[in-house]
Amino acid sequence: MSERTVKLVIDGREVFAKPTDTILKAAKDNGIYIPTLCYLEGLTAYGGCRLCVVEVKGNPKLMTSCTTPVSNNMEVITNSPRLNKYRKQIIELLLAERTHTCSVCVANGSCELQELATRFGVDHTSVSRNWKRFEIDMTHERFVLDHNRCILCTRCIRVCDEIEGVHVLDVKRRGKDSSIVIDLDEPWAASYSCTSCGKCSAVCPVGAIYVKLKPLSETKKKELPEFVVERRRR
Amino acid sequence: MKPEEIQKIAEIEHDMRMAYKYRIKVCCSSGCIPFGAQKLLKAFEDAVKELGLQNVCKVARTGCVGTCSVAPVVLIDPGNHLYQNVKPEDAKRIVQEHVVNGRILEEFVYKNEAYFSKQYRLVLRNAGKIDPLRIEDYISVGGYSALAKALTQMTPEQVIYEVTVSGLRGRGGAGFPTGQKWNFVAKSTAKPKYVVANLDEGDPGVFANRTLAEADPHAIIEGMTIAAYAVGAEKGYIYIRSEYPLAIQTLKKAIEQAKSYGLIGDNILGSTFNFDIELRLGAGAFVAGEETAILSSIEGLRATPRPRPPYPAVSGLWGKPTLINNVETLANVPLIILNGGAWFSKIGTPKCTGTKCFSLTGKVRNPGLIEVPMGITLKEVVYEIGGGVPEGRKFKAVLVGGPSGGCLPESMLSLPIDYESLTQAGAIMGSGGIVVIDDESCIVDTARFFIDFCMDESCGKCVPCRAGLPKVREILDKIMVGEGTEEDLKVLEELSYLIKDASLCGLGQTAPNPVLTTLNYFKKEYLSHILDGKCPAGKCNIKRMEVVKK
Repeated sequence: MSERTVKLVIDGREVFAKPTDTILKAAKDNGIYIPTLCYLEGLTAYGGCRLCVVEVKGNPKLMTSCTTPVSNNMEVITNSPRLNKYRKQIIELLLAERTHTCSVCVANGSCELQELATRFGVDHTSVSRNWKRFEIDMTHERFVLDHNRCILCTRCIRVCDEIEGVHVLDVKRRGKDSSIVIDLDEPWAASYSCTSCGKCSAVCPVGAIYVKLKPLSETKKKELPEFVVERRRR
Repeated sequence: MKPEEIQKIAEIEHDMRMAYKYRIKVCCSSGCIPFGAQKLLKAFEDAVKELGLQNVCKVARTGCVGTCSVAPVVLIDPGNHLYQNVKPEDAKRIVQEHVVNGRILEEFVYKNEAYFSKQYRLVLRNAGKIDPLRIEDYISVGGYSALAKALTQMTPEQVIYEVTVSGLRGRGGAGFPTGQKWNFVAKSTAKPKYVVANLDEGDPGVFANRTLAEADPHAIIEGMTIAAYAVGAEKGYIYIRSEYPLAIQTLKKAIEQAKSYGLIGDNILGSTFNFDIELRLGAGAFVAGEETAILSSIEGLRATPRPRPPYPAVSGLWGKPTLINNVETLANVPLIILNGGAWFSKIGTPKCTGTKCFSLTGKVRNPGLIEVPMGITLKEVVYEIGGGVPEGRKFKAVLVGGPSGGCLPESMLSLPIDYESLTQAGAIMGSGGIVVIDDESCIVDTARFFIDFCMDESCGKCVPCRAGLPKVREILDKIMVGEGTEEDLKVLEELSYLIKDASLCGLGQTAPNPVLTTLNYFKKEYLSHILDGKCPAGKCNIKRMEVVKK
């Protein structure tokens, strides 16, 4: 393992990181909180939810801390009124994008989106909410895929592809019409490639993929097992 | 093939050309074909045969000269006389009068001199001059001599130096210095390296790259090969959208010809340099033109952008160093190599050198494809080249930079066209679309149209763009039916800033521009929808419930 040779400043604090670290990793190792949603350690960083954006001095653009590697003398701000306003707006947009009614959701109490909403004080959305009905795939004997609650973070796709090595799941269509598909858009029960390992349900941050008849608090994993993360490190 | 042989082909071609006294060139680009250009070509060939002028007069196809509003057009050399709106039945009369009697038919002559006088044709230097389907034509006007010069007289470092000195910047819209980009890729040590030419031009009303590919495909190939030599790549991809069938055909043929002449392939021009070009077709996603999404698409994946860093120069196609340039950027390269970077840097403005192609559309008298030096003002483009808005109408705004450009009002027309000025005004250079809007169009409706486009084309990867744009459109819809409130305008602006700042790629980062610029310059019109229940252009169908007083 390489040494912590890179010196950078995060929120005014001088910290040291390994050359291969991302800003997010460096912050986390030093106890600095950056909100994340699509990111899961051990999976390829996606950079889709944009919650972990930070300001890097000298760069006019906001950078996703989960994908940006550290560099010497970098100055990072993870916490500013502007960033927090954007994060709040993103959470609002996610809540408004599909039906997220916590009181009737299996993930209530162990949902990462709900946690973030509480943390950032999102108690209403300033944009109108979408009540359109999306499909629910209950064909599989153990799992349910509820598109109404999906936030398209693609954790399930990545865990299926990178850890289980099957790539059953992917995204179809684009933009607001994007949705998760199983095989070539088939009902889950009809999938030949799915090994029913359940990793997708374990990593889903919301209640979109879950195990039937089990509380999510039992099946959900907030982190991948340490040995998996370790092996996936460069 | 040896470098000297290029010179020989050029000489033979020149002699062949001199054998004919007249040369009738029929534009066979996508702009003229729907108006019967192919029939016209046949009609001219028949007319020449019928009048027994085969030895005096050569009929050939050529690329677009830009005057698409008077299609189909025919050019007759010597003198480059431009005949407009020619029908097949006129062919015989034109040949008879022009070639036999030596009399120019005034009724057909294109008289708008101003359209051309303000233009400066570098990229489109051969459009309307050569037959795009013949490599010999391209060689006869000095084609591939830049490649020969680069391969025989210059080192890759010297090539990059010239491009850096030229000040050439990316014509795909972002304006990144090309020399610097080449340098990054050249410095990367990983092998193999790739060159990607971006011809995925998807903006509504923009057709500059298509025209270039249809009129002068070899300029792209030559520029690309020089780029590959400079950065040390052996494989190149031209990524073109499948909605451009004629451009695809033309490029395919051009690649075959270049291969058969040994101008691409192994041991190019007798050197040790190998470079192969493959054509890749898009599958209809606008976002595939984005620098990193194009890589995913070429790799066979969904066209979704990737976060940068790592930059494609370090980790691009299949994780290897990749140079991605717009085809318009590449088409400039042969000229820079031939005439030197210092020559090129004198064109345009000191910070933005060279020229830029624009598709001028909307409510102007002379729509078409133009190429102007950087630093020209919007006023010159709209009024002098474009001829202003049609009789009886009033200019309202000009949208610069395609669907994610900015709507600029009359007061901004003195703005010079360069990357910095446009960005400062809230617009972008973008793909080079200029759409003129007159007083018949509602500004809210215009903003909604472009938001609608970007919303449909969003890939769905990042939240601000995927979930934010539908909300922006929803609010615009609300305003258009008279249900908007002033509070809505605030939300609209806040959402726009979120999408602009927090989105992953250029699509999201620029998509709110039409909304932000119209809110900035045309707030009155929004307020008139909201407060007075009136659409100034009379476009929106505002229904208001009247409060009945008892």
